[in-house]
Order: sequence, then C-alpha cells, then structure tokens
Amino acid sequence: MKVIDEGPVQVQPARSARWKKHHAEDLAGRSYTFICVALLIVIIISIIYFVASKGLATFFRDGVSLGDFLFGTTWDPEGNQGEPQYGVLPFIFGSFATSLLAALIASPLSICASLFMTEIVPGWGKKLLQPVIELLAGIPSVVYGFIGLTVVVPFMRNVFPGQGIGIAAGALVLSVMILPTITSVASDALSSLPRGLKESSFALGATRWQTISRVILPTVLPSILTGVVLGMARAFGEALAVQMVIGNAPHIPRSLFESASTLTSVITLDMGNTVSGSVHSNALWSMALALMFMTFIFVLIVRLLERRHRI
Amino acid sequence: MKAKLTDKIATFLIVVLSLLIVAVLVGLIGFILVRGLSHINWSFLTSVPQTIRAGGGIGPQLFNSLFLLVLTLIITIPLGLGAGIYMAEYAKPGKITGTIRLVVEVLSSFPSIVVGLFGLLLIVNTFGFGFSLFSGALVLTIFNLPLMVRITEQAFRSVPKEQKEAGLALGLTKWKIISSVLFPVALPSIVTGTVLAAGRVFGEAAALLFTAGMSTPRLDFTNWNPLSPTSPINPFRPAETLAVHIWKINSEGLAPDAAQIAAGASAVLVILVLLFNLFARWLGGVLYRAMTASKRMG
Amino acid sequence: MKLKKPLLMICTLALVVMLAACGSKNTQEDSSASGTANNDKSSELSGSVLAVGSTALQPLVEQTAQKFMAESQYSKIQVQVQGGGSGTGLTQVSGGQADIGNSDVFAEEKLKDEAKELVDHQVAVVAMAAVTNPDAGVDNLTKQQLVDIFTGKVTNWKEVGGKDEAIVIVNRPSSSGTRKTFEKYALGASTEDLKGSIQEESSGTVKKIVSESPGSIGYLALSYLDDKVKVVKYDGVEATVENVTSGKYPVWAYEHMYTKGEPKPAVKAFLDYIASDAVQNGDVVELGYIPVSKMEVKRDVDGNVSK
Repeated sequence: MKVIDEGPVQVQPARSARWKKHHAEDLAGRSYTFICVALLIVIIISIIYFVASKGLATFFRDGVSLGDFLFGTTWDPEGNQGEPQYGVLPFIFGSFATSLLAALIASPLSICASLFMTEIVPGWGKKLLQPVIELLAGIPSVVYGFIGLTVVVPFMRNVFPGQGIGIAAGALVLSVMILPTITSVASDALSSLPRGLKESSFALGATRWQTISRVILPTVLPSILTGVVLGMARAFGEALAVQMVIGNAPHIPRSLFESASTLTSVITLDMGNTVSGSVHSNALWSMALALMFMTFIFVLIVRLLERRHRI
Repeated sequence: MKAKLTDKIATFLIVVLSLLIVAVLVGLIGFILVRGLSHINWSFLTSVPQTIRAGGGIGPQLFNSLFLLVLTLIITIPLGLGAGIYMAEYAKPGKITGTIRLVVEVLSSFPSIVVGLFGLLLIVNTFGFGFSLFSGALVLTIFNLPLMVRITEQAFRSVPKEQKEAGLALGLTKWKIISSVLFPVALPSIVTGTVLAAGRVFGEAAALLFTAGMSTPRLDFTNWNPLSPTSPINPFRPAETLAVHIWKINSEGLAPDAAQIAAGASAVLVILVLLFNLFARWLGGVLYRAMTASKRMG
Repeated sequence: MKLKKPLLMICTLALVVMLAACGSKNTQEDSSASGTANNDKSSELSGSVLAVGSTALQPLVEQTAQKFMAESQYSKIQVQVQGGGSGTGLTQVSGGQADIGNSDVFAEEKLKDEAKELVDHQVAVVAMAAVTNPDAGVDNLTKQQLVDIFTGKVTNWKEVGGKDEAIVIVNRPSSSGTRKTFEKYALGASTEDLKGSIQEESSGTVKKIVSESPGSIGYLALSYLDDKVKVVKYDGVEATVENVTSGKYPVWAYEHMYTKGEPKPAVKAFLDYIASDAVQNGDVVELGYIPVSKMEVKRDVDGNVSK
C-alpha cells in the first residue's frame, strides 16, 4: 500500500487528475465497505444486547437461580403444581441428543458423498451430487416438518415401539437437513488436497481404499470434523421441523421413541402465548440466550479445529 | 489380494450410500410433487385463498414471496458485497477480524424464531414499520447478510493472487484493483451463491410470522402506485408469504381442502427452489464466460 | 493500533442506533393515535385498524375484515389481521402498538395491572370437545375419568371401558389458551405435563396426530371436528351447539377482542360490525363458533356461571 501512495508522485498533470480520481474512488470505496461492516457489527451487537437483556432479566430481576435454571429437571412455568419452576435441563438434553444423533446419521453419508464426488467418479459424480446437495439445502424447513409428520412419524410408529414421535424422528429429519452442510465442507476439503499426496500413495501400490483410509481421510479429518460441528450447530438452531415431530413433552425421555423437547421447540411452542415481560417469557429468552451461547461454543470448536488443521 | 477385495467392497459401499442420498432427494421431491402437482392449475396460482370454502388459491402469497425476495436482495446485496469486500481485502487479519467472522457465523445459524421476535419488538414496534414487507425484508436481511458476506469473501479470496499482484505492480489503487480486476473474476461465484442463498427467503416462515405478518390486504393489481395501501408493490403493507401460508393452513386451516392446498403450495415452493438452482447455474456459467472469455473449469 | 479507530466508530454507531431506538419509542403512541383520521361524523370513516393475536380467532376476524372493507361506507378503512398468539395480542394492545388484541382467555389471566386499562369485547364463544382415536373404543367419559387420564392415574383404555390399549395424551402447551379452557372447565384443575405425553401447538397438528396414532386422546374446538377423530361425550352430554348455549355442556370459552380504553371510531365501527346480527348469525356460525347473543348462560373472569 505504501508503494501506491508514493509511486505516482512525479507524473504529468493529465495522469495526476486521473490519479486523484482513482484515489477519491479508493477512499469512497474503502469508506463504503467499512460502513457495511460497521452496520453488520451494529446489527450483531444489538441482537446480542437485546437477547441478553431479556434473557438475563430472568436471573437478575425475577430472581430465578442460574443453577435451578440450568440443572433443574422440572419445567412448570405456569405453576400448575404450586410454585412455578424453570428447569431447562430436559430441553438442553433434548437439543444435544437430537443434534448428536443427527450428526451421527448424516456424517458417514456425507463423507461417502464427498468421496464419491472427489475420489471415485470426480467427473459426473460431482455433476450428479452437487445439485442434489444444493437442492436438499434449498427445501424449506416447513416442508421438511410437514414430510416428517406425514412420512417419518408413521414409519417410526410402525417399525419401533411408541408413537413414532421423539428424538429418533427428530434426528432423522434433521440428518437430512444437515447433510448438505457437512458434505459441502468435506468435499471442499477433499478437492483442495495436493495432488501429489494421492499420486505418491498410488505409486507405492496402495489401492484406492487404502489411499482413502490411510492417507486422505486422516489428512482432512479436522476439516470433516469442522463440517460435522457446523452441521450440529445448524441442527441445534432448527425449530419448526423438529417441533412438529419431537412431541414436546418437557421431560428427559426414557427412550429415543418417547416424546421429548429441544430448546428451540419450546421457544417456538410457547413464545406467542406468553405475555412479553412475564417470567415465563423471560425464561424463554434465557433459553434463547443459552442457545446463542451454545452456537458460539460450536463456532469456537470449529475455529480450534481449523487452527490445528493449519499447523 | 485381500487389499483389492477390501477396496472393491469399500468403493461399492461409498457408491451405494451416495446413491442413497440421491434416492432420498428424489423420494422427497417426488413425494412433494406427486401430492401437490395434481392440485396446481392456473386458477390455484392466481386466485385468493378462502377461509372456509374449498377452492382457495395462493395468488397473493406467490406474489408476496417473489416481491419480498426482490426487496430483501435490494437491501442485502449492496450491504453484503461491501462488508464481504472489506473482510476480504481491507480488514487486517487479527483478533478483531477473527471475532467479527466468528460472530457472523453465530448469527447465520441463529434460530429464526428468536430473530423474528427481535424483529417484532425492534423493527415492527419500536421503529414503527408495523407488520409489513419492509419489516420482513429487514429481518430476512439479518439471516442473509452473514451468508452474503461469507460468499463474497470466499469469492474474492479464491481469485488467483497473481492477478492482484499484477494490478498492484501497475500502480493501481486498491479500489481500482477490487472493482476492475477482482470483482469481475469473483462475480460468477458471487451470483451463484447469492441466488442459492435467496432460496432461504422462500422457505423462511418462523421469522416472518412476527414481521411480515400472516394476512394480506385486498390487493388491486391494476394499482401500481407504491404508496397506496391496496397496491401490490407498496412495501409497507402486510404480506403473507407462501411458506407462512403453508404453515398457517397446516396448523389452523378450516377449509375442507386445506391438506391439498398445503400440498400444492409445497410443490410450488419446491419448484421455485428448483428453478432458482437451475437459474443460478446458468447465470453463473454465462457470467463466467462473459467475464473471463474462457470455458468454465471443472 | 490502527484498529482502535474503527472500533471507536462502531461503538459510536451502535450508540446512535440505540438512542434512535429509544427516541422513536416516545413518538410511537402519537403516531398510532393519529392513524385514524377525523372524528367528524358527517364524513366517511377512514384510517387503519390493526388486530393481532389468537390464531384460534384469526379466521373469524380475517373473514369479517374482508367483508367489512367491501362495504361501501367503510371502504376507506384498512383492517389488518395478524396472528402470533393470545400473549402477543395482549402485549401488543396494552403496549399501544395494535388497536385490537385478540385473545382466547380473559386478559386478567395473562396480564396484571395492565389488564385494567383494557376493554373487553366478547365476539364469539368457542366450545371444545375431548377427541380420541377412533379405535380407543370409548364414547363417553366422565369428568373424573378425564381427570384420571390427564393426570396419568389411568393409563389404559380398558380401565375406562375401552379397548386394551395404552393411552397417549396429546396436549397443548401449558401457556395455551385452549389448554387453559379445557383444564378449567373440563378437568377443574390444571395438570402437569406427563412423561411421554405429546404437546402440539396447533389444532391442525393435534387433529392429525390424534387421528393417526392408536390410543391417543386430545381436545379440539368444535369447528375442527370431523369423522377422522372420535368425539367423546362429557358426563353423558354431547358437545353440540344447543347443549353449549343452554349451559348443559360446560367446556367453552369466550373469544375476546380487547381494546385499550374506548376504541377510536374506525375500530369501533369494525367491532360493531362483528357484533352485528348479520355477522353473528352468518360468519360466526359458518366458521364453527357460537354467537354470544345465543348464550343463555354468562360466565365471568372467575368462571362463575349465571343465567
């Protein structure tokens, strides 16, 4: 940058006018892009501030203790059995269980799909799967929930004990929804591998599977994990589709086929019915704050994985 | 020969699982289309919905979805491009830039209902925009902006370093390099990314319930004065989009053909997303050829 | 150290935005109050009416709003109807952002002091019935049996005279107005959310699940009933409009449209229109609600019934 500033000092007036114009443009462009970033930051800060101010009121104004909130297992905000209780542990459990299970189902499929696109048949494999993955990402979550209720739930009801709803059904729907996220991260990582790596393995006489399992996968493992964590973060925040198939009972379920809840499903279920400013509504905002915090942790994990990958 | 056998089995498994994904998608889309296509006809696409009688359409909803998309893109594209360029070219790598990027990622995976309520309390109530397309577009911008920033940033970073260095060697200002050298090369992938991200506008429901609203006033399609409350292009009127409409008739629909309308509307939504994907690929390809005068690689 | 300047700018910007946010809050009420034009009776009414809240009441308000705007003397009034739930409706009307707050419950049940400022307009009555999956094999349940089922004392249909099948409860979330009504007037007490019970937010989903899963029981407003689900009698009384109006069938509630203080002219015109005989005997009945005027019994906030 220094070079540009000092370079064209002794030029003719004609070029100098253009030089001035270019520098005016440069300044304008620079300020414009900066204002955009600043606006982005303002939006982010205001959302965080907003959610935090509502969510923290539960603890500071309404006097609910943080321990009872995070580790309590009874969710009874309307005080149906005496004192209202705001224990959200069942929801945190439900959120983790569904997103972990969804990642467990989706990861092997995604890794296979990305290997298919980059290693097995790089030509038409990519042409076939890339649009498929993008389409899966494009199907609206309302439609996913609708299909979950009309296809997945009856299927689970016939195959497994129980009513078909529950963590298993939620995880199944979510796994399809997060498949694109994991696949695109994994295939980006696979296609950016240096060619030499693979070729030298083949030159040593290794089969394709040996190359994949011993050379390629270990090298891209951190990136694949990044994709998995990003997928889990997506699953964690998904609301409408999960709410329709999970059953929404505020308890830690005994099995995967029993009605359970996630943080998002309870927020979607109750938010419209509560009056803004009431303890119940504030408790829901606290859950949103917890959700934001979790997403933050997921992103931090991704950062950590990426850093390790770089070294 | 054990290694060869393992190789064959593994390859077979990978191919089978990949085809399974294709089968899932084909099944999903097939299911939606088979259930919905029979209900789609011209009057379904153009007439207004009915509360209790059969035969309601999705005309205003379809228009609202498309109009909301245009509005959102008008707000998102300039902001997202600007912020993405700053992050890619001006921002110095460091803790603050890292933090911004981190928080942007958090924002993009935030549950939509919370952003919707944020929109209700801040944009609809405090700023006084009311239940309107404009409020909806602002809330959708909150979702789309991080995506847009990431797409732009990645597109700019993937431009070969040599092109930038050549520009610097010619003594061009940074902005000149960005606008004349980097931007044309990055444009095709930005366009493709933008159109794909725009699909989210179609599908979003939870956030729009509280901002764009759940009802549409009677529209007069001959009135093109953007300030008139009955004009379809007035951005400050409430508007129910297609996704919100599907959600509404699934949950409280009273019409006898509610299930068919939901299925038909879902099919329309999926077809729109399909068209968008095809359009994005086509436009990306055309732009790539126009900007670089070469065939697209891989 | 170059980073400090941008950071400072960002903070300033953030501050400006927040100040602007606070500033516009104060002007909010004036602008919404001036939204309606003249009080002059001689000229046509004009202005806008915003009704927000209960999704159960939304179909009625939406349909009447369309008819209302089609009337020539009201053609300058714009009525907007939005959902969002009873809680949202009450919050918005008491905050002054909406003209009408639609609610399934009395405002006193959700709000505290703010409820005193609100004026209640009861526009319809909605009755609810317990419904089961058709294969449960029960067509009458007493109050005690229902209480036993919803509190988990009875877990199999054979204990109440049905098939040998486990009972699955399909409930509404505890904050829901529909659930409050059902608990208050059918069960007489609020219940806890049992393990394994299902909670769904909307009538459509409840109906879908009850009609599909064997052994399930839920409750729905009369307008959603059809032959996909089995409607059970309550203490031997069938859930019909006649039984509700005569006071024999107790599981019903008013649908409320609240205004803050006395309504402004355009809002009043709309509320009067809904209360008119044409709408009450036409749209209200058509959409499956019961007109308030037909009720032979009245009920107050505390649930006391009087003739």
